[in-house]
Amino acid sequence: MKLARDTWLVFQRQLLLMWRTPIWIAVGVVQPVFYLLLFAPLLKQALIPMGATTYAEAYQIYVPGLLAVLCIFGGLYTGFSLLGELKAGVIERARVTPVSRLALLLGRALREVVALIAQAVIITLLALPFGLRVGPLNLLLAYLLLALLALMTSAISYGIALVLPNDAAMAPVVNTVAQPIALLSGTLLPVALAPMWLQSVAKWNPFYWAVEGMRSLFSDHAGASVVWQGLLVVAVLTTAAVYWSARLFSSRIR
Amino acid sequence: MIETKGLRKSYPSGKRGQTVVDAVRGIDLDVQASEIFGFLGPNGAGKTTTLRMLATLIRPDGGEARIAGADLLADPAGVRRRIGYVAQGGGTNDTVTAREELVLQARMYGSGKAEAQRQTEDALKAFDLTEFADRPCRTYSGGQRRRVDIALGVIHSPQVLFLDEPTVGLDPASRSQVWAEIERLRTEGMTVVVTTHYLEEADALCDRVAIVDHGQVVAEGTSEALKREISGDVVLLGVTADESGPAAAALRGQPYLERLEQQGEDSLRLYLDDGATAIPQLLRVLDGAGVVPRTVQLQRPSLDDVFLARTGRSIDQS
Repeated sequence: MKLARDTWLVFQRQLLLMWRTPIWIAVGVVQPVFYLLLFAPLLKQALIPMGATTYAEAYQIYVPGLLAVLCIFGGLYTGFSLLGELKAGVIERARVTPVSRLALLLGRALREVVALIAQAVIITLLALPFGLRVGPLNLLLAYLLLALLALMTSAISYGIALVLPNDAAMAPVVNTVAQPIALLSGTLLPVALAPMWLQSVAKWNPFYWAVEGMRSLFSDHAGASVVWQGLLVVAVLTTAAVYWSARLFSSRIR
Repeated sequence: MIETKGLRKSYPSGKRGQTVVDAVRGIDLDVQASEIFGFLGPNGAGKTTTLRMLATLIRPDGGEARIAGADLLADPAGVRRRIGYVAQGGGTNDTVTAREELVLQARMYGSGKAEAQRQTEDALKAFDLTEFADRPCRTYSGGQRRRVDIALGVIHSPQVLFLDEPTVGLDPASRSQVWAEIERLRTEGMTVVVTTHYLEEADALCDRVAIVDHGQVVAEGTSEALKREISGDVVLLGVTADESGPAAAALRGQPYLERLEQQGEDSLRLYLDDGATAIPQLLRVLDGAGVVPRTVQLQRPSLDDVFLARTGRSIDQS
């Protein structure tokens, strides 16, 4: 009960902060639109080897990957906002109160989840005129997967922000983590196009399973085993990431 | 109200954390209810680390402490409910208002919505914040911001308030305003612990002072008692750099002189029982040694003299 209440408190404050910085929202809306309008048209040709002959089919492959990469990158970069709060003493002020430490993490991560899901909805809606079709239940399941992804990557990012000895190290560390994850999960182009060795490496990347699960959902194969596998992998990793990060929120000095 | 025994904290330092810095090396305290207690010492003396340990922000490596009846190590949550803590840098968000911060703070301490509103109204009135309470925090002056910080620290009416360098960077008017707020909290029954490296702050504000150096308390008591331990008066002699050696040599054997310290290149601090009667004798001795001081000042000893006597350094030089 206290956890839910405290999480809601932190979450509300985070939403307010986002609302007071409209540039965040503007960037959040414009970015996915660019991806969809400036990059997707290249795909029809590029995805022919995958059997995509129409725009609708190309979007079915591309949109899930785009949504996943949005949540991976968006989540991993959210730690930067925590750096500012750490510097301003906001976290320390909260840590002197009896507020739940897990709530300090969850309230912030949920803000990020909500922002990323909102972006995902915008992209989905914009892709409809291009012929994307996806069943409502499948879509909800896909959003659940995305929400877990966003929660996991935000928790990791906050953890990194708390562990790093100085702020300047944040950008290179996050980039180094995010780049191989995104490339090896086939977010922009399916890993099936890659040579065999790359495909076997990708199978060790948990995000690969998430992206494959998303693609199955978007092509109406909710029963495919990769869907529950993806959900399971992501759920386990999310729990671990939240646990790690919450411990840092209660113990770190910065 | 606060009792500590042998409180210790060390940090790894150096490139691979192989060396250890002892930030706090065994601090024993006994702070009474409704007193303003000061930690006075140079930067890096371990004042902030001690305060952060008492505020449950960092875990001590050793020792024990009880704050308002709660055990620091066994019941940090109990300690948190009984204390308020205001960090040196505050902790407000630039884009939200004082009112919003106060409501959130009250709610983080467990108040319901209506109660948090009421506590916020009370705090706005008590700290005279109403005028700017609905402007974002980034628009506040240093003094306004500090008052908001302190109001946040006591929104839940704690028994103990910890303030880390409450007046650093404030102009004199804002400083005395902050002092007045702290005095008011004390008269309302709160126990207040402040850290400071300002001598006048320790002197003017604190009922009792612990002088801290290198992670240890080197002296403790009321500022009057501490100064009384130093002999009665201080005479400050201004001499040229060349003359300071011969002048010191000539004065050292004098029976009325208790101690002599070189201060900078061109002045000598003399500690003696009764400065007024000693000055004529001093001047005669100096005359005999061929030294004519440029200035002679008679001073009451300050807390810095206490620090100097215990550590051999001045607080400002450390």
